[in-house]
Amino acid sequence: MQSGSLVSPNASTPSVPERKSAAAEIRGQDPAVIAKMSIANLSFYYGKTRALKDISLTIPNHQVTAFIGPSGCGKSTLLRTLNRMNDIIPNVRLEGRVELDGQDIYAPRTDVVSLRRRIGMVFQKSNPFPRSIFDNVAYGLKINNLTHSKAELESRVEASLRAAALWEEVKDRLKESAYGLSGGQQQRLCIARALAVAPEVILMDEPCSALDPIATQKIEELIVELKEQYAIVIVTHNMQQAARISDLTAFFWLGELVEFNQTEKIFTRPDQPMTEDYVTGRFG
Amino acid sequence: MQKRLIEEDLHRLRDKLLLMGGAAEKAIMLSMRALLERDSELAERVIREDDIVDQIELEIDQMCVDILVLKQPAASDLRFVVSAARVAPSVERIADHTVNIAKHALSLNNEPSIEFAFDLQKMAHVVQKMLIDGLDAFTAGDPEKAQATIQNDDEVDAYYDQCYAELIEMMTRDSSTVARGVQWLGVIKHLERMADYVTNICEQIVYMARGQVIKHSVW
Amino acid sequence: MYSLRWRKFIDHSMTVLTALCALLVIGALVVILGYIVANGVRALNWSFLVNTPKPIGEPNSGIANAIVGTVILISLGALIGVPVGILAGVYLAEFGTHRFGNLLRFLIDTLTGVPSIVVGVFVWTIMVKPMGHFSALAGGVALAIMMTPIVARTTEEMIRLVPQNLREAALALGAPRWRVTIGVVLRTATSGVATGVMLAVARIAGETAPLLFTALGLNYLSTDLLHPMASLTFQIYYYAASPYDEWHAMAWAATLVLVGMILALNIAVKIFTRNRHA
Repeated sequence: MQSGSLVSPNASTPSVPERKSAAAEIRGQDPAVIAKMSIANLSFYYGKTRALKDISLTIPNHQVTAFIGPSGCGKSTLLRTLNRMNDIIPNVRLEGRVELDGQDIYAPRTDVVSLRRRIGMVFQKSNPFPRSIFDNVAYGLKINNLTHSKAELESRVEASLRAAALWEEVKDRLKESAYGLSGGQQQRLCIARALAVAPEVILMDEPCSALDPIATQKIEELIVELKEQYAIVIVTHNMQQAARISDLTAFFWLGELVEFNQTEKIFTRPDQPMTEDYVTGRFG
Repeated sequence: MQKRLIEEDLHRLRDKLLLMGGAAEKAIMLSMRALLERDSELAERVIREDDIVDQIELEIDQMCVDILVLKQPAASDLRFVVSAARVAPSVERIADHTVNIAKHALSLNNEPSIEFAFDLQKMAHVVQKMLIDGLDAFTAGDPEKAQATIQNDDEVDAYYDQCYAELIEMMTRDSSTVARGVQWLGVIKHLERMADYVTNICEQIVYMARGQVIKHSVW
Repeated sequence: MYSLRWRKFIDHSMTVLTALCALLVIGALVVILGYIVANGVRALNWSFLVNTPKPIGEPNSGIANAIVGTVILISLGALIGVPVGILAGVYLAEFGTHRFGNLLRFLIDTLTGVPSIVVGVFVWTIMVKPMGHFSALAGGVALAIMMTPIVARTTEEMIRLVPQNLREAALALGAPRWRVTIGVVLRTATSGVATGVMLAVARIAGETAPLLFTALGLNYLSTDLLHPMASLTFQIYYYAASPYDEWHAMAWAATLVLVGMILALNIAVKIFTRNRHA
């Protein structure tokens, strides 16, 4: 495939017609790939500051989509619009549409609580609750009443910990405090906690930025494994990480989507000069 | 803007490649002179100096691996390093062909010369010019020039066919020229192969500049 | 650029100075406690703890009624003041970000600064006077009014210390806001909030003024909330103001008991709220 970007940036190229063909292109490429979320003409304001400018892109299922860009480019803000986590910040405003399986998540009738259950999130700093390892994973199951017996609860906690590649390390200390785990283990516990409520999309906000290389590698392997079952969106400052684990990469600059493309294309032959400057470290 | 760390490495790599290309280009000229001017000493020198080209190739290999692992280049930087790693062996092969021509020269110089109408010098010139243009295109990262250079390969092929026919004709006419004629066939084959390697280099330059693969394609 | 020796000298001097100031503070505490213990132990014995006050000269006089009274009054105050204070603190920290929250915060701070005797008079006006007599209930309300702002502000501060990303983690799991506040935020802040409650309890345990106008005092053991009730502070005030040496000694002993109770409560709460997962 040598044609242009999947979703044209709002730069000089004509936008609307190409956007449509773009979504079709993702689907056309591989029948297994279907759009899980789609963002259309999204703008986001903190007070009067416009943090996101007319963003449109499609997040495919069973793929890892990476958001890259310099600090303050809006990538984390965009990630947090996907599960309406920005709702808790005062004085923000949003324009445009964000859809999950074709449903507008900002429609007035949307139940934010159940939306967030469908869209899990893993944060930059691992943030286990001050509870036991078991209770951390069980928390989401309990508050959402997802299990009906103690045995079922236990088996789902175990399954989640296994899915997060943490079970073997913690199975003998489930009742101990989550704070006794290493940084990498805590982050995997947070992933297990997110997986427990059976989300469809997992958002990750720089999940490895506080981890050492070995722990980072484990999380990265886990992410690639998890994409079989989920749509994954990851914000990362580490371009090598985006290159290693993502299928699609979106590059943002000053609140604009500059380029959205196959990851290998972004890192070997990006369409936009600005992307080129960023991935080669020429950014001034 | 601050200079990027990788810039220094890329410059050194580019300089090394140009040095290697220059050596190969000189070898083409010297080997042809050794042949046409029946200068065996020059032929010996071409064979000797090939070691330098081989050495530079090894250095470029190492530099490319080092840059890839240590500087982790992306986009145009990555394409440049990968291209350099692929251009160097082509240049090395060109130099090997000049060595083969020099060896033909050594053995032909011990035989009486033969006359034929074909202008070998001209064919060698075209090949040499292709290499120079290719290296220029590489330095400038100029894909148009690289594509223009590739067009010259047809000219070399035409020369080759023409000369081939003449040599066959000569050998049929006078069987005493067969032993030398076969050697001359080798010489033109080497020149033709060199042009092919320059073509490969130019295709790599197009990839380097545009990220577009034109190899093995009819365009 | 100062010389290395000069900088080292300054460094050492400041260290010594701060250490001295710290010692001064601790020293004052030690002196006060020592004085109370030294004076209090003379009259302190088992009989003193289990008997009620007797007229001067009679043996086996005690402060059992005051101990029970103080426990009841503090419990009553805490029962009313702690929930109100904690909920107010939660509101201020989690929801009261706008102008109303700021106004509320200002009013609560003002309430903290209101002299305790004013609180006593206020409760006398709204409860004792309409009811026609002093009562333990009025005392509890007065103490609650004193506790609420302290509990509210410390709760707010402690909740603000809970990292935002814990809230976000819970919200991201599909937890409704109220469950996040109770199950994650308050739970995480438990030990801090408990410390705040303790501070408030210790503060009101030593109050006499609000009780003077509300619970008054009583010379015998009573648990009736609608009638006057004895308290340690009132008893201390009463004995200390008397002309009898025997009663002075009993005032010291009662003080020791009061300090001991607060200390015991502090230790108990420390042990109880020691965060198992922190």
